[in-house]
Amino acid sequence: MASMLLTSLRCSPLTSVQAAQFAARSISTSVHLQAQAKSKKTLAKPGVKNIVLVDGVRTPFLLSGTTYADLMPHDLARAALQGLLNRTGLPKDAVDYIVYGTVIQEVKTSNVAREAALGAGFSDKTPAHTVTMACISSNQAMTTAAGLIAAGQCDAVVAGGVEFMSDVPIRHSRKMRKTMLSLNKAKTLGARLSLLGSIRLAHLAPELPAVAEFSTAETMGHSADRLAAAFGVTRLEQDEFALRSHTLAKKAQDSGLLSDVIGFKVPGKDIVSKDNGIRPSNMEQMAKLKPAFIKPHGTVTAANSSFLTDGASAVLIMSEEKALAMGYKPKAYLRDFVYVSQDPKDQLLLGPTYATPKVLEKSGLTLNDIDVFEFHEAFAGQIMANLKAMESDWFAQTYMGRKTKVGAPPMEKFNTWGGSLSLGHPFAATGCRLVTTVAHRLQKEGGQYGLVAACAAGGQGHAMVIEAYPQ
Amino acid sequence: MASARLLLTRGSCTALKTITGHGQRSLSISSAVLARTHVSYEVKDNVAVVRINDPTSKVNTLSKQMQAEMVEVMNEIWGNSAVKSAVLISRKPGCFIAGADINMIQACKSAEEVTLLSQEGQKMFEKIEKSPIPVVAAINGSCLGGGLEFAIACQYRIATKSKKTILGTPEVMLGLLPGAGGTQRLPRMVGLPAAFDMMLTGRNIRSDKAKKMGLVHQLVDPLGPGLKSPEDRTIEYLEEVAVDFAKGLASKKVTVEKKKGLMQKLQDFVMGLPPVRKQIYKTVHGKVMKQSKGLYPAPLKIIECVQTGIEKGNADGYLTESQNFGKLGMTSESRALIGLYHGQVACKKNHFGQPEREVKKLAVLGAGLMGAGIAQVTIDKGVATILKDTTEEGLSRGQQQVYKGLNDKTKKKSLTTFERDRIMSMLSGQLDYRGFESADMVIEAVFEDLSIKHKVIKEVEAVIPSHCIFATNTSALPIKDIAAASKRPEKVIGMHYFSPVDKMQLLEIITTNKTSKDTTASAVAVGLKQGKVIIVVGDGPGFYTTRCLAPMLAEAVRVLQEGVGPKKLDSLTTGFGFPVGAATLADEVGIDVAAHVAEDLGKAFGTRFGGGNVEVLKMMVQKGFKGRKSGKGCYVYGAKSKEKKVNSGAEDILKSFKLTAPPAVSADEDIQYRLVSRFVNEAILCLQEGILPDPVQGDIGAVFGLGFPPCLGGPFRFVDSYGADKLVQKMKRFEEAYGNQFTPCQLLLDHAKDSGKRFHK
Repeated sequence: MASMLLTSLRCSPLTSVQAAQFAARSISTSVHLQAQAKSKKTLAKPGVKNIVLVDGVRTPFLLSGTTYADLMPHDLARAALQGLLNRTGLPKDAVDYIVYGTVIQEVKTSNVAREAALGAGFSDKTPAHTVTMACISSNQAMTTAAGLIAAGQCDAVVAGGVEFMSDVPIRHSRKMRKTMLSLNKAKTLGARLSLLGSIRLAHLAPELPAVAEFSTAETMGHSADRLAAAFGVTRLEQDEFALRSHTLAKKAQDSGLLSDVIGFKVPGKDIVSKDNGIRPSNMEQMAKLKPAFIKPHGTVTAANSSFLTDGASAVLIMSEEKALAMGYKPKAYLRDFVYVSQDPKDQLLLGPTYATPKVLEKSGLTLNDIDVFEFHEAFAGQIMANLKAMESDWFAQTYMGRKTKVGAPPMEKFNTWGGSLSLGHPFAATGCRLVTTVAHRLQKEGGQYGLVAACAAGGQGHAMVIEAYPQ
Repeated sequence: MASARLLLTRGSCTALKTITGHGQRSLSISSAVLARTHVSYEVKDNVAVVRINDPTSKVNTLSKQMQAEMVEVMNEIWGNSAVKSAVLISRKPGCFIAGADINMIQACKSAEEVTLLSQEGQKMFEKIEKSPIPVVAAINGSCLGGGLEFAIACQYRIATKSKKTILGTPEVMLGLLPGAGGTQRLPRMVGLPAAFDMMLTGRNIRSDKAKKMGLVHQLVDPLGPGLKSPEDRTIEYLEEVAVDFAKGLASKKVTVEKKKGLMQKLQDFVMGLPPVRKQIYKTVHGKVMKQSKGLYPAPLKIIECVQTGIEKGNADGYLTESQNFGKLGMTSESRALIGLYHGQVACKKNHFGQPEREVKKLAVLGAGLMGAGIAQVTIDKGVATILKDTTEEGLSRGQQQVYKGLNDKTKKKSLTTFERDRIMSMLSGQLDYRGFESADMVIEAVFEDLSIKHKVIKEVEAVIPSHCIFATNTSALPIKDIAAASKRPEKVIGMHYFSPVDKMQLLEIITTNKTSKDTTASAVAVGLKQGKVIIVVGDGPGFYTTRCLAPMLAEAVRVLQEGVGPKKLDSLTTGFGFPVGAATLADEVGIDVAAHVAEDLGKAFGTRFGGGNVEVLKMMVQKGFKGRKSGKGCYVYGAKSKEKKVNSGAEDILKSFKLTAPPAVSADEDIQYRLVSRFVNEAILCLQEGILPDPVQGDIGAVFGLGFPPCLGGPFRFVDSYGADKLVQKMKRFEEAYGNQFTPCQLLLDHAKDSGKRFHK
């Protein structure tokens, strides 16, 4: 409680100073003062439905190849969906629609949303579709849900995302596939034999999926290293930020703040109830690691990058009236959001820099109005580069067509419960974690506005403003 | 050997003396440092960062000034005990060092002077090679010739992966050799085969390939936008990385020696065997002789330098290198090639000023070989292009040609498949005039027929906006005749491309007296964007290039009629230095085109364009022998065998038109000069008549468009070096046998009379 108070004081220096000066004044005045500090009281727009986040959950995020190793993606997704049902007590047939994100597709369950929903016991009358937009896939799922509600087509939508990196589709080579497909059509034994005879050793080499851009063939880590270098981010800065992420995540985990995590009984194994990638190390240990992508002089290492993760998340999004009618107490309003995209080569991971000022302008807010920031941490170097870009007038003028910089978020409001670097980053599940965390942090810290921002492969990005639901 | 050694050391001693003198002075007087304009340095953490930047040019060259300052700086660094290592880097974004200063060589009066230049370079780099502290060359942008020799004298090399970073030894293309230790260091660094390949072809090597070859040790990625411009930050980053490596080298944490793989060890072992090396020298020598016909001395001298260095040791190698460099510097071949280099640079500029509006959308009419080629070189520069044809088959063939052209580049890895797709998206293939209302320029490449061209120009002018330029791609039809059908002749211009458009560098732009200056400026700007070397000539039948080629081909036909076979004719012309033999050239151009041109120009210029009988060509066309495109011409094509077979059908035709060869002018050399003198005389006549604005463009047009022997530097330089009087004498002899086809033009006679008169100063 005391720490909470302290945080909120630190968050709004104006209030704290004035509160100290006018300590004698009544509580109602100080509330008034706080409202004055914000440029807006609420982001509700006339004639637009209020869309609320009722609740959000996620499975524990595990390093890929650990306890979830034998599952399939829809198993994880099902766990998240069931967890959401349990947590909210939602009648299964009250859900109008389900939208789910995934990045690396399991070909057997290409519409993983539908498979998971059926398995989780949702009504077979509830349609479901799968979206993909790299690391912002579940953000896309949520904004799709918001769109369905705003358009008046649905009232209650479940959104979420799943990523399962313990097993990825490894394909035969194109030549081998071609031969095998022709083999199906071959009618005579002779034709089959000649096709089989055409197989060469090289055809047997499999094709592995890579976390690389199709357009540039550059892996994301490589791009992140170049980005860090472009902004002069040092190895030390990156290691420090990564350590901060792990330390804060550990603290949040230990003090039970990560309440969106649900326990998951893995078949044949124990109940998993905690993220297993949080490992606060120390600077000396981290300094020993060799660069993982640009060798030997790069700065991005395994320790300052997010790791391959298995996990799933889900949120319940409703129109405010419907939520209230069903007796729910929503956690937050989902307000304005934007998607941006830039050069997939040199600005692959700068999505937050571009998206933040845009969404703030849309909401009529300034950076100072935001109490809680949750940015997706793909790489420590990427976060630091974004912070430097947001702090640079030159960059804003030269590349964003803006007159001035938007400014970097203050670190005391930034990813204070850890981030993707430490909690893990199941690509398509991270978006829902960010939004749910903002809602939880706003509740806990008493702030009014939160901002989610993330970058994604393809040079795309996303940001969303979230408003606390009046308590 | 000992004496050679002595010579070198003595030379370096005197140089050393003067240099150290400078060093001491500048140490005590800091203002001396300020006086330096090309080379500067600062010491960071015991690493001296030496930055080069020629303030007077876009590129860095190893000029006298640059070398002097470099020597001065290096001596200061070596004199400073606090400096443990050094980094050499350019401050220019696209250039490390582009080579030695050519003017320095051209200014020399004797081989000895050129040799001395080479020895100075050798000494400077020897000192770098033997530097007591490690020197790291940090390479971003072109690292060519002397620049590369500098880099390979350093202990360590780091290069950026930028597309602009290229390494190479292009000296051979200027008729020279890498004269500052390159012929000695390169073979030891990358092995004999690779070193020969580099030095004999002069090819540019991208940095990733250079890393694989062992030419550079580390690669650095170019950076995107950050807190500074990508170019500036990339150089800064390169410097940071290089400084780290320099520190590592000084503290022995980084080793220069790379672990050799099994293949490498095996190769080294094989190369260690003298008979193997001997065989390599022999093979390479044979290859060079076959390709150059012995007309180019530089490649042979390069082989000699490498061989001497490896077989007899460093001292002999360096001496041979510098002496051969001196000899080559005085050859007419080198002068010719350097002249072409300067001419090419001049023809890559727009002398007509900035056009009023940039061409952002181009339309090409006709998706044939030419039209599709023009479209390809336009879209890959990012200009939106319409490719219009009248039939779907024609259009489909054209689009496939463009796609194939680009796709071949992806196979060579100079383009990614993604870039290919992006480029293809700039192309709009269509059968109608949709979108022409916003075109800035239309280039027509339809069939060479005046009435068709007139029809097209009327159709197009009905749909294009008023500012749009109409360019016509024709090889012989006078532009003013085509423009006669235009409502706005000031917007009509000729743009004569050469096939294959994506390979041939030349573009001949033809202006009529009605063409406006802005139209010309715009056409030149488009051509330059397409990467062309451009000559701008006056209007007339055949303009410049076709007009020079026609009499030579007419003579070639006569030679064939006189019973010299196509193969013999080809070997005579290639033996003179033409890259393609006359018979093969006719097949490539197309016998039908040749017949067309011969007839048209014959009408325009009369008997001077006579010689061979046009009926020969017409008969061949009638029989379907249209050249390569129809599978048969002088030769038979299509068969998979490499050996070209003479088309017996064509031989029969030639027999039926048989002429008796006058023995007085039918020796091999006479035949060569009959062909060449008609070419050259016509070129000079073009200058005399004002079709050609100057000899430089005449030389460039002949070499880049028609394959005139590069070692001769073009028709005008050829006359200068061969002697106008000697040529006139020869022509008079031919004139006696054949008549006015060999009558020297007035300008040539003027030059013959006055030996002081030269086309090139």
